[in-house]
Amino acid sequence: MDKICVVGDRDSIYGFAALGLSIFPTAGDHEEDAKLLRRLADGEYGIIYITESCAAALSDVIAEYAEDVFPAIIQIPGVSGNTGAGIQGVKQSVEKAVGSDILFGNDD
Amino acid sequence: MASVNVNPTRMELTRLKKKLATAVKGHRLLKDKRDELMRQFLDLVREDMELRKKVEKGLADANREFVLARSGMDEQTLSEALMAPKQEVYLKKSTKNVMSVDIPVFDYETRTPDENDMYSYGFAFTSSDLDGAVSSLSEVFKDMLKLAEVEKSCQLMSAEIEKTRRRVNALEHVIIPETQEGIRYITMKLDENERSTQVRLMKVKDMMLNEAHGYDEKLKAPVEE
Repeated sequence: MDKICVVGDRDSIYGFAALGLSIFPTAGDHEEDAKLLRRLADGEYGIIYITESCAAALSDVIAEYAEDVFPAIIQIPGVSGNTGAGIQGVKQSVEKAVGSDILFGNDD
Repeated sequence: MASVNVNPTRMELTRLKKKLATAVKGHRLLKDKRDELMRQFLDLVREDMELRKKVEKGLADANREFVLARSGMDEQTLSEALMAPKQEVYLKKSTKNVMSVDIPVFDYETRTPDENDMYSYGFAFTSSDLDGAVSSLSEVFKDMLKLAEVEKSCQLMSAEIEKTRRRVNALEHVIIPETQEGIRYITMKLDENERSTQVRLMKVKDMMLNEAHGYDEKLKAPVEE
C-alpha cells in the first residue's frame, strides 16, 4: 500500500499532517532537497505534492520522473501565495499536445 | 534525393512496395490513434484546469485559516497539536490503459473508518481556527487526489500525443514519399533496361539476318545495275 506525501517549506505543509499525509519540509538547499525528492519518488510514495516555489527550484529532478506513471508529482500553491506555476503546467501540456495553447490562451 | 541510392533490382522493388504498404497502413493507424488521443486529452485537460482552479482556491483558503490559527497560538502548542497524526491515508494505485498510454488511477483508504476522525489534539489548548483550517483542508483533499490523477494523466497523454504526432508526420512527409520515389526510380530504371535489351536484340537480329541472307548486298545491287 502506497502513501502520499507533501514536500515544501514547513509553513505551507504542516497542516497536511493532520490529514494523515506524510510531510517533508525542505531544507532550502538544492542538493539536499534533490536527494530528498529522489528518495521519496523512488520509495513508497505514489503521489508527491510539492509547493510551487519548491518545484521551481527542483524542476530538474521533477523532469526525471515526468515519463513515469508513478509517482505523480503535483504542484500546489504554498502559503506565500499562488505563483501560477500549476496553471502554467496545465497550459504547457496543452501546448505540447496541440502545438499551441488553444484552450486557455485567452484566460486571465 | 536519397532514393537515387537504391539498387534498381526487382528484389529491392518488392521490398520497397512492401515497405510502402506497411507505411501507409501504419500511417492510417497512427493518425487514428492521434485523433482519438487528442479527443480524450482535450476532455481531460479541461477537467484538469477546473480541478486545479478549485484546488488552488481551496488551498489558499485553508492556508489563510492556518495563518490565522497560528497567530492565535504559540508555535509549540501548534506543533504539539499536529505532531502525532491520528489519521493516516493509504493510497491504492493502479493503472488504466487509454490508447496504449498507461494512466494512473488513485484510490485511498483511511486508517480509521471515519474519514473525519482527524483531529489529533485536544480541543482545550488549541484555537478553534485550527479546527476550521484542518477541516477545510480535508475538504479540498478529495479534489487534490483527483487532481493528481487527472494532471498526471494529462502529462503522460500530452507526451504520447507529441510522440504520435511526430511519427505521423515522419511517415507522411518523409518515409512514404521517399519510398514512392524509390519505387518510381526502380520501375523506370527497369523499364529502361528492358527497352535497351529489346533494342539490342532487334539490332542483333538485324545483324544476324543480314549475315545469313546478305540483304545489304542485295540492296546495293540494283543501284549498281
